[in-house]
Parts: sequence; C-alpha cells; structure tokens
Amino acid sequence: MPAYLDVLNAKFPNAFTTSAFRDNQRVQLDAETAPRVLFPLLRTLKEQCGFDMLFEVGGIDYLHYPDAVDRYCVVYGVLNTTTGERLFVKAFANDPDPVLPSAVPLWEGANWMEREVFDMYGIAFTDHPDLRRILMPEEYTSFPLRKDYPLRGHGERHNFQHLTRAES
Amino acid sequence: MALKLDDNIFIAQLDGLASWVRKNSLWPMPFATACCGIELMATASSRYDIARFGSEAMRFSPRQCDVMIVAGRVVMKMVPVMQRIWLQMSEPKWCISMGACASSGGVFDTYSVVQGIDRFLPVDVYVPGCPPRPEQLIRAVLDLQEKVQRTGTINAREFRDRDHYEGPTPLATELPVEELVVAPGNYRTGTRLRLN
Amino acid sequence: MPLEAVAQLDDAPEREFLYTLNFGPQHPATHTTLRLVLTLNGETIVKAVPDIGYLHSGFEKLGEDLDFNQYVTVVDRMNYISPFANEVSWHTAVEKLLDIELTPRCQYLRTILAELARISDHLLCIGAAALDLGGLTAFLYAFNEREKIYNVFEAASGQRFHPGYSRVGGLMNDITDDVVELVRHFVRTFPKAHSDVVRLLNRNRIFVDRTKDVGILSKAEAINRSVTGPIARASGVVRDLRKDQPYLAYPELQDTFKVSCATGGDCLARYLVRMEEMIQSANIIAAAVENIPAGPVNVDLEDKLTIPDKQATYRSIEGLIQHFELFMWNRRWKTPINEVYAATETANGELGYYIVADGSGKAWRARTRPPSFIHFALFPHMAEGHQISDVPAILGSLNIIAAELDR
Repeated sequence: MPAYLDVLNAKFPNAFTTSAFRDNQRVQLDAETAPRVLFPLLRTLKEQCGFDMLFEVGGIDYLHYPDAVDRYCVVYGVLNTTTGERLFVKAFANDPDPVLPSAVPLWEGANWMEREVFDMYGIAFTDHPDLRRILMPEEYTSFPLRKDYPLRGHGERHNFQHLTRAES
Repeated sequence: MALKLDDNIFIAQLDGLASWVRKNSLWPMPFATACCGIELMATASSRYDIARFGSEAMRFSPRQCDVMIVAGRVVMKMVPVMQRIWLQMSEPKWCISMGACASSGGVFDTYSVVQGIDRFLPVDVYVPGCPPRPEQLIRAVLDLQEKVQRTGTINAREFRDRDHYEGPTPLATELPVEELVVAPGNYRTGTRLRLN
Repeated sequence: MPLEAVAQLDDAPEREFLYTLNFGPQHPATHTTLRLVLTLNGETIVKAVPDIGYLHSGFEKLGEDLDFNQYVTVVDRMNYISPFANEVSWHTAVEKLLDIELTPRCQYLRTILAELARISDHLLCIGAAALDLGGLTAFLYAFNEREKIYNVFEAASGQRFHPGYSRVGGLMNDITDDVVELVRHFVRTFPKAHSDVVRLLNRNRIFVDRTKDVGILSKAEAINRSVTGPIARASGVVRDLRKDQPYLAYPELQDTFKVSCATGGDCLARYLVRMEEMIQSANIIAAAVENIPAGPVNVDLEDKLTIPDKQATYRSIEGLIQHFELFMWNRRWKTPINEVYAATETANGELGYYIVADGSGKAWRARTRPPSFIHFALFPHMAEGHQISDVPAILGSLNIIAAELDR
C-alpha cells in the first residue's frame, strides 16, 4: 500500500475510496463529502506526502454513464516531482449548483485550469480569485462540454452580422 | 487617320492599366489563426518564396494591405475581430479563404466554429486543402491576379454590384438581426438545411 | 471583463497615469490568436491580463464524438507545429486503455517521427522568436530544415503537414526505404544548420540583450504553476518523461540522449535549452534509425485491434470481418469501463490525455492536458514589471500554440 494512503487514512477515515487502473492510482470523494474534505485532503497531499505539483485539473460529466452515481467530477492530478509518483483525486459534485473548493491557495497553476472547468461544465469553485469564462465569450450562456449540450451547439455560432462586398 | 506615336508610348484602357498595376503587388494581410498560418509562413520562406509573385510584403496593419488571407478556422469569438479587420482595409481589397476550415469549417463541425467565413464576409478565392500546400496558395494568388485583371476597374465599379449575400444557404437556425450576438437558438437539425 | 480587473488596481493616485493597451488578438508578435490587455505606466507593464479563447474549436467535444482512429485527424491539429507528437500522445493513452503492447518496429518508427516533430517544433519556436526580435535570417534557416522534416512525413504518410499516420496498435502503413534515407540525410545535414542558427543568435548582442534576465521563472514557481517541458527545465526542474517514465523505444535509447537543463529561468535559458534539445533529439534519431527492428508494424491481426491491410481485407474472410467490425459505428473496440491517463513528453512539455471509456469504441471524455494552456497562464507573472518591448521576447520563449491553448 502506498505511503500516502496511510497518512490519508489516519487523517480522513472513511471519507474516501480508492481505485486503480493500469498504473493510475485514484482517490475518490463523493458529492457529499467532497466540498468539505477536498481542500484539506489536497493540502495534506501537498504538505505531508510530497505531491508538490498539480499537473492536471479536468472536468468530467457522468450523465447516463454506466453505474454512475454523481453527475460531475473534477479530476485533480498531483505529482511528486522527486519520485515521479502520480495520484488522481476525483471529487464529485451534483446539480443544481455544483460547487467545489478551489485549489488555487495551494497551487497557483490551478487558476486557469479551474476557470476552464467552470467555463466548460459550470462547476463553481469557492475562493477562486478570478472565476470568469476563459474560452467561450462572456455573453455565452451554456456549458458546452456537458453531455446534454449538442456537439453543434444551439446555433449560436452563426448569429453574427453578414457583410456584403458593396457595404464593406 | 493614323496617329504616329513613338515606340515608348503605350495605349491602354485605364481600367486594364490600373488592374495590371494592382495585381502585381498584392500585399497580403495574414489573418493567420491556426495550422494554415504555418503553411502561409512556409509559403513566404525560402523554398516557396511568394516574393516571386509580388505578394511577399506581409503587412500586419490592415490599412496597408490589399488582400486578406484568412488562414485557419474562425470561431465565434473571432468573427467580430475578422469583420473589423476587413472593414479597416482600404479599397480595393480582396479576400482569400485559405484551407478547409476557413472555407467550410473543415473537420470542426462543432458548437463554436463558423462553418465557412463566407457567411460573414465576401470571399474572392477559396483554397481547398487541410492545410493547402504552399503551391496551392501560390496558385490562389495567381488566380486572384487573373481575377483582378479580368474584372478590375479603376474606380472599383465591380464591387458596387456585389450588394447581396454571397455565402452558402443560411442555416435553419439563424436568428433575426435584432437578436444578434450570442443567444441560445433552437438547434434541432443537421447543419446545412434550407430555411423553408 | 478584463478592463474591470484593471480598475481594481490598488494605488489609486497612480491610476491616472496608467494607460491601457490592447494587444491582439490579431498582432504579428502573437503569431496566432491571443489577446493581452496590458496596463502600462509609461513603458512598464503594471498589469497584464490575457484573454484567450479566440481559437476555441471544441476539440474535446469532438473527441467524444469520434472514435479512437478518427480523432487522430483532429488531434493533429492541436499543436500544429509538431502534429505527430500529438498522435503519439493520444494513441499512447488509447493503447494504455486497451492494454496493447506495440511491436518493436512500430515503437522505433513512432520514436523517430516524434523526435523529428520535436525538432520541427523547436525550430519554429526559435525562428519565430528570433523573427520577433528582429532576426529574419534565423527564421529562414529554421524553415529550410522544417521543409526537410516535412519531406520525411510526406514520404512516410503522404501528407506533408498533418500526417494522420498513427493508428491504434500501429501505424497507417509501414515505411519505405526512402524514408530511412531521408531521415539519414536529415541527421547528417542538421548539425550544420543548427550551428548556423547558433552562430546567428548565441552571441548576437541584440538577441542576448533582449532575452537575458527577461521573464524570469524560479524553480519553486515553475513547480507551483504546473510547468513542464523545456520551460520547466530552463528553470532547473530536472524532469523529462522520456527519462522518468520511458515509453515507446526510449528505454533502449537511454544512453543516446541527456536531459538538457538550465538554471537561469529567463528567455535566454529557454532558448538555449531548446537549442540543446534539438541536438539531443538528432542523436536519438541517429541511433534509432540505424536500429529499426524488422517485423510487422501493427500488432497481430488476431488481437482484433488494428485495421487490416488491403490484402487481408479483400483476400480473407477474417480480415474482411475485422475491417467491418472496426468501421461499423456500433461495433469498433470493446473498451473497459474505466478511465486512464497517459502522457508523453512533447516539444512543449507534458501532453497528456485523460480518457474515460464507457465500453464503446469512443471516448466518453477525451480530456487533454495542454502544455501551452498552462504555460500561457505564466505570462502575467513573467511580464509584469518588464517593458512593453519585452512582451514579444517572453511570448516567443513560451511558444504558445493557440490551437493547443484553446482547443
């Protein structure tokens, strides 16, 4: 059993589950505990287990996924730059307003990646210094990577003025 | 009555003369957004050397340019920028749509990519390919030169007639002008449908 | 809006002297489409607010709609100055998901082509950075070499720019001897071109003055801000996935290359790291191209993972069935209902894919970990306090590729 699991088990008993696939190690927090446990868990990983780099923050929408319980998930990938060990922390969230604590106080690198998750999935991060849309225009109202949003959108892409040659 | 002229005097129509002068120094405005922009750079660099056709003077200020080369896909956020740059260019001006993405959306039939810039701008030459080879871009410049020579007039009369929409059939879901900008529409069907 | 962020600047008396400059989205020094809102005090940058998304084309949404082989076409267009590196990264993740062991020949070919892609990426980055700082000649030299690399890809795959050459469990087709000959020729002639660029830039007073001590990133900041690749190595973070988690043929090629690092963390250090990495990549290619193992390029047809070639498709019933199975929209691959992350070292840094599979032949979620996106977030940190003329130097050293930035 990896060393970090002992630390986490001692500190957060029964708060998380673990899973593994190929060489990926994962720690899952369900939607009920995630808002409370996620931030202290990440802080423990950073300060006591040597995971000093947050290399990845990505969102997933599990709507209609086989055997899925909670809808949204944010995956935090942390890396120990000395040993090269990686760990993924999956924190779930649910409609109507999915909220998770922000990791920016721990890692500055989370700033834009969390903004992207907010932009694409509408998952809000509390205590984020600058939570705005990052890729889509400000006036856009949908969250395009949600599974209930169609690939080709609702026709927003073509709502611009035409210019004819004579008038330009 | 025959008119005796010296050998160094030429007679030409003013329209043809103006077009001949214009066509041989088309300064491109490289509106390079994506992959095609790199091929545009390759066209300008030593192996293909677009300077042979008088188009090497890439100017990044739209006010100095004659032809806008839209190289790469254009997305929702970029359309107003592209239109503004087009409006800033001084007459006479032309537009080359380089690559599949600029011409039709290419492989990116997604929520944010415009399915062809000709829905929003008048385009003169389309270049197929993803991305087009530099030779194809050079061919497009030559085609544009031919177009300028054939249709060009000194006071730009040929542009005055082009007062209608030149793009493909509008999508079924386009909103009326007063609801422009971005608002959720009513997308239910495929991409290219007739309005009625 | 970014402009509102400017209004929140603390020292109010200073504010009336501040000037807001809009930089981009269509500007020569941005190369592609980025926008910066710079607040200036005279010529000094007080605050820089990047505004991105001008090329957001929905790559990840497309990844959920296309199958593992089709998405290669789209992945190519992500970091479009080293397309093949993206394909390798995507299929490394897919093959990890499906648990495929590649044939040795395929591993070597992918390694060679990925290293060529790395060289072409660095060449463009350095050429364009020099171009922005006023040195056109280095750009032309770099593009000459890139044309040779294009020739290799064209000979191998038929497309000079976006090869689309990788397939699940192998490659589109085996290479011919011409490709090997072209690669050998490239490896022979590259050091000459490399030293030309070195002589043009390394001791060039203008270039050095404009890049030295500009845009400094410390080692601690690099780790805190998730930076990888040459930018992290220029700040002294000794990490290279080719050494730390060797994939493809790198385990056997370990002694042919070293990880190039620097400690300065400024634009000049990043330039020097990239220049050195090109030499190391050329060494890898030189060693690998002489040792390409014989044998098939795709995994065994029996595994029902790869597209059978024409011969097998038209002459055998098994091949025909398998071809049919892989192309029917409701058949394709049988994936485990699980998720996997795999990353490779591309020219810009760690390019990873997080694939969630739902048992069908498509990805439920194809999340990209884009190095450019993470590196561009550094820009305000690097630029604030510098002069406006340092902006092109910093942008050039970060090597932001808009399609990878915005996806």
